[in-house]
Amino acid sequence: MTALNEIKKSLLVSIWFMFLTFPIMVIKVNTVEQTISWRWNRLAAVGIGSFCLSFVWRYMLKRKETGAKKTALGNGGELSAVQRLLQNPRFFKPALLATAVFALIYPFYFSMYQVNIMTTALIYVILGLGLNIVVGLAGLLDLGYVAFYAVGAYSYALLHIHFGLGFWACLPIGAGLAMMFGIVLGFPVLRLRGDYLAIVTLGFGEIIRLILENWNAFSYGPSGIANIPRPGLFGMHLTIHQSLIYIYFIMVAIVVFTIFVVRRLQDSRIGRAWIALREDEVACQATGIDKTKTKLSAFALGATWAGMGGVVFAAKTTFINPASFTIWESVMILCIVVLGGMGSILGVILGALILMLLPEYMRAFSEYRMLLFAAALVVMMVFRPNGIISAVRRNYEFKGTNEKETA
Amino acid sequence: MDYFMELFLGGLTRGSIYALIALGYTMVYGIIELINFAHGEIYMIGAFTALITISVLTMLGLNKIAILLIAAVAAIIYSSAYGYTAEKVAYKPLRSAPRLSPLISAIGVSLFLQNYVLLAQTSDFLPFPNLIPQFKFLKAYGGIVQSSEIVIYVTTAIVLVILTFLIKFTKLGKAMRATAQDRDMAMLVGVNVDRVISFTFVVGSATAALGGVLIASHIGQINFYIGFIAGIKAFVAAVLGGIGSMPGAVLGSLVLGWTESFFTGYISSDYEDVFAFLFLVLILIFRPSGILGRTDTDKV
Repeated sequence: MTALNEIKKSLLVSIWFMFLTFPIMVIKVNTVEQTISWRWNRLAAVGIGSFCLSFVWRYMLKRKETGAKKTALGNGGELSAVQRLLQNPRFFKPALLATAVFALIYPFYFSMYQVNIMTTALIYVILGLGLNIVVGLAGLLDLGYVAFYAVGAYSYALLHIHFGLGFWACLPIGAGLAMMFGIVLGFPVLRLRGDYLAIVTLGFGEIIRLILENWNAFSYGPSGIANIPRPGLFGMHLTIHQSLIYIYFIMVAIVVFTIFVVRRLQDSRIGRAWIALREDEVACQATGIDKTKTKLSAFALGATWAGMGGVVFAAKTTFINPASFTIWESVMILCIVVLGGMGSILGVILGALILMLLPEYMRAFSEYRMLLFAAALVVMMVFRPNGIISAVRRNYEFKGTNEKETA
Repeated sequence: MDYFMELFLGGLTRGSIYALIALGYTMVYGIIELINFAHGEIYMIGAFTALITISVLTMLGLNKIAILLIAAVAAIIYSSAYGYTAEKVAYKPLRSAPRLSPLISAIGVSLFLQNYVLLAQTSDFLPFPNLIPQFKFLKAYGGIVQSSEIVIYVTTAIVLVILTFLIKFTKLGKAMRATAQDRDMAMLVGVNVDRVISFTFVVGSATAALGGVLIASHIGQINFYIGFIAGIKAFVAAVLGGIGSMPGAVLGSLVLGWTESFFTGYISSDYEDVFAFLFLVLILIFRPSGILGRTDTDKV
């Protein structure tokens, strides 16, 4: 009886979705020649697809509900298999070593094309880790993150054109400028509540892009800036292949540095303040944490990494234009953080690698890339809001003498 | 003076369309405190459905006005259906989740719908036929106001009257207001909160669809991306008027429409969108509660 009911429910869902997608999926109008093509096979695909998916959807919802009940009964709080594996030093240390060795020999065993893709993925790793500070730790939804990335990229390009500065001088300057932008933009808007903040940061991101596009005298407009030099190595002349490998190693170094800093920050006083702020703003203020300062530091630090990423991006592609810095880039980085796991370093790294590398190796799906990411964003939020690898809440234990209370 | 009149009426047109979209934002925000990022895409879906309906019916050779009416009805039905479905799939399971979750989910829906239309239809701009008849009495003012603009003003006014009536005097409207004030309490006194929320999404989507059809036939072209910028601007308007307040949304839309129109007319058209965003940032910094909004205090 229940099975019959389930089938009936799914059937209704599939009819509903067939109705819903009918005009846009099935009918295609050629407005110039005034002809219509009917694509009925798509309707069947939608029907069958939604019929099957609705089963999965309801099953997952049910599982989530029982999971929630378990947690309520006190059986929750268990670590998942992945997390337990990671906390086991017998697995963790060799795995770390293997990753390090792989990262070191990677450029010598794979083609230039693949090294290039990996460098891009690593840029997104640091962008993800930077945004993770803002979204994952401090709980501020920043939709204009790409603006700071643009600031980094343009500061390298423009400083090179006007003052002839090189990559290594620009890396800290770009990061610093992005940080300053973060503070300047953050100062007025951080008093706003969560969802307003999202819209205002989105607005700022778009303002920066539109200014770059329209202010020709400053940014060379939509045509962008070309011939940005790749980083130099003690004045040696590098071939393109060598300099790509060089950039790859620079990126690996920056990623390692980022992981180190973010880990340290997370457990520091300011990191715990961020997490407290994310959980409850009012209660956090009541414990004496300066809200503005804490938010501003998260915003500024996040921006710093975006600036660094921007400088490397400009150096790697040697060409930048405003089209690289649209709102969808911000959403993409947000996807990385959300899918990977907000607040979890390993999760964000994995998220970046998966989101950047998968589309490269599955060309057949590249057309549907954004569609799938968008669906994943919704599905993740509904079923697994903590991401692929959720952040482990650190437990602090009091190690003094408290026998009386326990006895 | 004619130029001023032209800009004034142009601003009124923009403002009316923003109002039709902003109403949906404001109603949804009033009830579940969610910025429905996908609202702009619902409007875009409305415009696309209308275009497809118009093309099919034109080939069948119907009367122009009949085609326009049927297309508008189809757009309203489909936009409402999309709004309803988005709420059921992406927002309803997240009712009790932290505030960031439904917001991210909404961004996902928005991105999904854009790419869905992009893949299923096309990325090009499609011409949208103007089926609104030329009114004879407007001939004398031909250079200043077009008949499609008159239709936009009248429709917006009618929609506003209907919505006000709906919310002030019907039982469902009362339930909506109760849910907006306190969801738990409304549930306790027997309001079917889920149904009220769904209904809000349906009404908001329907007005957005109407806006989509009207502006598409006024401007004459659409593509999959029109929802994003229109949605953001309507949101600016809703915030300007005080989000959660319906008269505020309309007032904010008109103010935004006029300021935009005069700004582009007298100063510079390059920075039109920058101006809208700047406006938003300034409002949120100096008067986050908007013109007609009230300030809420956070409770622990």
